Amino acid sequence: MLSPVIYGKINLMEVVVNGQIKQVVEGISVQELLDQFQIKPIRVAVERNREIVTRKQFSATRLTAGDQIEIVTFVGGG
Amino acid sequence: MMDNNGLKIGSYALTSRLIVGTGKYSSLELMRDCHAASGSNCVTVAVRRERLVDKTSGRNILDFIDPEKYILLPNTAGCFTAEEVVRVARLGREMLTDSGFRGADWVKLECLGDTTTLLPEPVGTLQALKTLVADGFQVLVYCSDDVMLCKRLQDEGAAAIMPAGSPIGSGQGVLNPNAIRIILEQLKEKNPDYPVIVDAGVGTASDVSLAMELGVDGVLLNTAIAGAKVPLQMAKAMGLATLSGRLAFEAGRIPRKLYATASSPWEGRINA
Repeated sequence: MLSPVIYGKINLMEVVVNGQIKQVVEGISVQELLDQFQIKPIRVAVERNREIVTRKQFSATRLTAGDQIEIVTFVGGG
Repeated sequence: MMDNNGLKIGSYALTSRLIVGTGKYSSLELMRDCHAASGSNCVTVAVRRERLVDKTSGRNILDFIDPEKYILLPNTAGCFTAEEVVRVARLGREMLTDSGFRGADWVKLECLGDTTTLLPEPVGTLQALKTLVADGFQVLVYCSDDVMLCKRLQDEGAAAIMPAGSPIGSGQGVLNPNAIRIILEQLKEKNPDYPVIVDAGVGTASDVSLAMELGVDGVLLNTAIAGAKVPLQMAKAMGLATLSGRLAFEAGRIPRKLYATASSPWEGRINA
């Protein structure tokens, strides 16, 4: 299930982003993933398989199939 | 001159003794205006998953908080285990690192017992505190008004202790003022400047004043403003109540007596 699947010429893979299974381009970087969801990097923090990916590492960090990604932001609270 | 306004917690200098939340406002604009009206310069924010779809026109809460004016206090609201607390605290720190906002290295630790009472879970709270302190955080600990627990949390390196006045969002005020008094005496024995803040449960201005008159260093509140009929006016009231309560505490109240004492002299009455 969570393994690379070939769709036409583009290789897609499945990753879990905020609890939802998403099909993304194989080898996508964290930065590209954020771009895809139109998320500003300055407003979020990212975890990959429970390890924090710092903002400086967003472009260099490439995902692999089955990765568990959390993208969090600040919301109102007390 | 009396220093009744400012409050130092860890490495942060607050210009007001009131810390306000950012939740439950009907709009981000109203939240921003209430923050200004409260006079606070420290606001607490929660960490949640970013929405992947239906993002409301890209508006983020941080766009409504001026980094020049406010210090952000990330919290771990909604966590039920020490592990969750530590994870969320680290994510909050990461978000604030190189973000232009102050507040990356401190956190409001909140580890709850269940979703009905929202009461703090003491064992998880203590465990999480130890890990966060070891990880370099300045930790403000939300806890119950248990004297021994508060002492233990102080010993484990909490930057401030924040006992609940009453359950979160309940508006019941400070239910056990004597417990708060004892906590203050015990925790300030070692360090008179050790910050003790009443967090949660206040409903209106008099609740805040009462807490401040007990001698606590500050009050943290959210629902009492956001849930008021006119939040903007309540924000102003809470700021004033914090200040007046502090002034009264420092001024020193008169002792309570059973019988009356006349304010006017007996001497010189025309019918004497």
